[in-house]
This record gives sequence, C-alpha cells and structure tokens, in this order.
Amino acid sequence: MKLVEVQTVLRSEVLCGWENLDREIVTACGADLMSDVLVYTKERTLLLTGLTNIQVVRTAEVGDLMGIIFVRGKRPGPEVIEMARVKGIPLMLTELSMFDACGILHLKGIRGCSERVTRCEL
Amino acid sequence: MNSRQAITTEFKLKAGDFGAAGEASSQIKRILQQIGVKAEIARRIAISAYEAEMNVIIHSMGGIMRIEILPDRTDIFVEDDGPGIADVNLAMQEGYSTAPDHIRDMGFGAGMGLPNMARCSDEFEISSEVGVGTKIHMVIRYK
Repeated sequence: MKLVEVQTVLRSEVLCGWENLDREIVTACGADLMSDVLVYTKERTLLLTGLTNIQVVRTAEVGDLMGIIFVRGKRPGPEVIEMARVKGIPLMLTELSMFDACGILHLKGIRGCSERVTRCEL
Repeated sequence: MNSRQAITTEFKLKAGDFGAAGEASSQIKRILQQIGVKAEIARRIAISAYEAEMNVIIHSMGGIMRIEILPDRTDIFVEDDGPGIADVNLAMQEGYSTAPDHIRDMGFGAGMGLPNMARCSDEFEISSEVGVGTKIHMVIRYK
C-alpha cells in the first residue's frame, strides 16, 4: 500500500514529505514506546504514534521507517516538522484514534511487526 | 575500503541534551550508507548507537561515544562519567528502569535500552562501577 493511499483512508493531513508519498509500506507499528519501535520494526514500516517530539523523527530515521502518522489530531511543533522535512520523512496527521487508524490499515491488508530484531542472545 | 582502513569518529554526549540525542547515530548511519554497508546492517548499528546515546543523555553525567567503522565490522565504544549502575544484571532485564516520568513521556526509559543494544549487536560487553561510570563495547559484523 502506498503512503498516498494511507493518507486517503486515514483522511490525513500531510505535514511534510509530499515527495515521498509514493513509498510502499508492508507493515505498520502503533506505539508510543520508541524502544519497542526500534526493536520490532522491519523495513517498509509505517509508524502510528501519539507522541510528537523530536525523538519520533530520530527513531524513524534510525529505524528506516517509511513515514509517521500522528493520531488523534496531535500536531508536532515546527522544529519536529522541519527535521522530518530535511530528512525526507513523510509526516501525516489524522483525527482518528490509534485504535481506529490501526484497524482501518489492518482491514486494508497491512500487518503488524511481531518479530524482534535478534542477533546477540541475552 | 581496504583491510587496513578504518573510519573513526568520536562524539561528546551531554547529559540532558535531548535535542541532540540521535545526531551522532544519524551521522554514523550516513557514513555507513555512503561506504555501501547493507541497509539492514547499517540499521542495526544505528539502533545500537542511538539507544546508547539516549542512555548516556538520560542517565549519566555525560560521556563519549567512539565509533570505529572497519571493513568487516563496526565497533561502538561508549563511556560515561557516572554515576554507574549498581546491579548490571538487573539493568539488563527488560522492563527494569530507573528513568523518571518525563523521560517515559518521550517514548524512552521503559527498560528496553540495554536489552535492545545487546539484541542488535553480535558482541556486547558492559562494565560499570558506582561512582565512576559505565563502559559499553558493541560489535556489529557485516556478515
């Protein structure tokens, strides 16, 4: 599913990263815990979150995420949008709740990330 | 890169500087991409470095992170100026955290940092002394 389709089904406002809305996503992750996002997500993943700080953009960059949807109408500050714009990470905003937004994407065939990245055994 | 070449970079990490948290990892990732390290490997290196950066910024009085990019692996060395971890085994347990609420509000401090670093690396060593500081060494191989 392309991000531009995600934008339509989640009735989202695009905050930045228009040029990358043709990116294809395979999985999605709904989380406010960035450490979980880092360890559970794979490539081609979309992040849905209620957090709007700069760490969300950093996490997307470090974890190679395809884009970020802020749920329940939470709008990040201009410095967050600017950082994402510079890094080419699409940011979108939906008025939907986390549950509804994830549910809609799941119905469209997008699946979650349940496998951990594992190398060194604990 | 021939077998003798290495790219070494060192970053100063300032306690409480959340605006800069992740900048070092982001730079490292760009270097790895430029020299053609596979995306999945570069991602694991960046995640390990990012969690380490966050840990130093959240929990310590500051420190340094040194990254050595070698032809077959990347080494990450992290050293902070204290206060040190009293029980390292406990700190390695998922979900164990001493982070205050304002850190949790940022999406970190849930006791996943050290386990995540260990998970993303091929070798992970940690030593800590209360009143002195904590040292971490991680190795991520390209194959």
